[in-house]
Amino acid sequence: MSKKISTAAAKTYSVVSAQNLGLTFDTNDGPVHALSNVDLDIAKGDFVSFIGPSGCGKTTFLRVIADLEQPTSGTISVNGMTPEEARKARSYGYVFQAAALYPWRTIEKNIALPLEIMGYSTAERQERISRVLDLVNLTGFGKKYPWQLSGGMQQRASIARALAFDADLLLMDEPFGALDEIVRDHLNEQLLDLWSRTQKTICFVTHSIPEAVYLSTKIVVMSPRPGRVTDVIHSTLPKERPLEIRETPEFLEIAHRVREGLRAGHSYEE
Amino acid sequence: MNMTTLRHHTLPVLTIVIAILAIWYIAAYALNAPFQRDLDRRGNVTSTPMEFLAKTMAQPKPILPAPHQVAQNLFENTVLRKVTSNRSLVYHAGVTLSSTALGFIMGTALGIAIAIGIVHVRTLDRSLMPWIIASQTVPVLAIAPMVIVVLGAVNITGLLPKALISTYLSFFPVAVGMVKGLRSPDRIHLDLMRTYHASALQTLFKLRLPAAIPFLFASMKVAVAASLVGAIVAELPTGAVAGIGSKLLAGAYYSQTIDIWAALIAGSILAALLVAIVGLAAKLVDRAMGARTSTRTSGRPA
Repeated sequence: MSKKISTAAAKTYSVVSAQNLGLTFDTNDGPVHALSNVDLDIAKGDFVSFIGPSGCGKTTFLRVIADLEQPTSGTISVNGMTPEEARKARSYGYVFQAAALYPWRTIEKNIALPLEIMGYSTAERQERISRVLDLVNLTGFGKKYPWQLSGGMQQRASIARALAFDADLLLMDEPFGALDEIVRDHLNEQLLDLWSRTQKTICFVTHSIPEAVYLSTKIVVMSPRPGRVTDVIHSTLPKERPLEIRETPEFLEIAHRVREGLRAGHSYEE
Repeated sequence: MNMTTLRHHTLPVLTIVIAILAIWYIAAYALNAPFQRDLDRRGNVTSTPMEFLAKTMAQPKPILPAPHQVAQNLFENTVLRKVTSNRSLVYHAGVTLSSTALGFIMGTALGIAIAIGIVHVRTLDRSLMPWIIASQTVPVLAIAPMVIVVLGAVNITGLLPKALISTYLSFFPVAVGMVKGLRSPDRIHLDLMRTYHASALQTLFKLRLPAAIPFLFASMKVAVAASLVGAIVAELPTGAVAGIGSKLLAGAYYSQTIDIWAALIAGSILAALLVAIVGLAAKLVDRAMGARTSTRTSGRPA
């Protein structure tokens, strides 16, 4: 009986659920509508990409989920809680645009930072550090300082830091935006691998159409002024995705739909 | 020593030192010559220009002693005397150093405490800073005697009152520097702490304080020099029996200009040493915190 309920609950369970969400910043030049009427449900295990031009509110939406910004209208729940409760329950790991590693800590000490704050024992810290270093292919670099690593490696270290504690939700804000194409391809492949191994729910903000299509099970197309969702595309690509999948007609078709969505929501003639 | 250090460090420093000494000698001659001329005329002494020049550099109480006179005095009163002798400049420097050190430690601690308060409590941010700045506009020469006298009246004498003057001067640069340092972490680093639901204390110890360390050492260099000035000034109004300040005062009473200059030089050397020690500590801490090595040969993998 109890099993039946839990299965039913799991079915309807959304990790993130937003209804009519809006956020307006008051600036000196008047109000800026960063988000307006956003309705979105993200299911457990989804890989959701947010794509759109600058100022479409994709980063803002991620920050609302993370309780780094407060919405001004509508409702949002994260793991069935308010964003604040979810943050206090340490429900998510956040990967920023920059690696944001502390320069005075070695890579393993950087990964230990959330573990120290959350009160993990020394032994468990060690165990988790070596596990996540392995997960992002940085084994052997634990004793290095951030400046001794390349940009791609630093970003992988920051992903490892977000994976070190038990959060089922990973929020990533253009994590590979500053990296070159080849490194980015490589990291995308690794990220997919990591996602299938860890079963986490991932929200991923990006500027890149191929990146969004390659990674996602669900692509949220957004448009600016005011920031809103114009299209939600469910990917028909299989879970197993070699890099070559990007040459297939199916992939190109989804990419085309994303591009159409972006064009519809944003006229450059303004 | 290799050629590069010689060219980039020793040579420029040496050039400046030689220039200063040359100007000093010329000034010593110019300032002491009128008195010497007067003396010679009264004594009916005629001397060659070279003899006259030598005499301007050998007066017992010159207006401006020549560098070698000061150097000789400095040498006699440091190397040739017992450290315990009250004519030894090492002894006097030691007395000044003890109150400098105590004042500096108290000042640094106070400065850090004030900065932490200002960064965390909004009311303190608004109310404290104007007072702190106002405190530094009061000339220390005016406030030092009063502090010494008031504390003396309640039977606090000796090291502590002098150290308090040093504290008064040294907390300010530390407080200002640390406020800036504690506020120096990037938005993104602070956001990261927020996503971990870190407490204010955890954010302070794991982010704000480590980020403020370079600011702390920069302010401590200023503070340690200020502490020394504070300690010397504190020795002036009390008729202190020992310390660089008392040597300066005694020299002024008896017009022992050479003694005054020797004490001044001793004070400068002490200040340079203290600043160098803080600089060395900064370098060691920097290295322990994973700063780039200057050679930059250590690997950055592709």
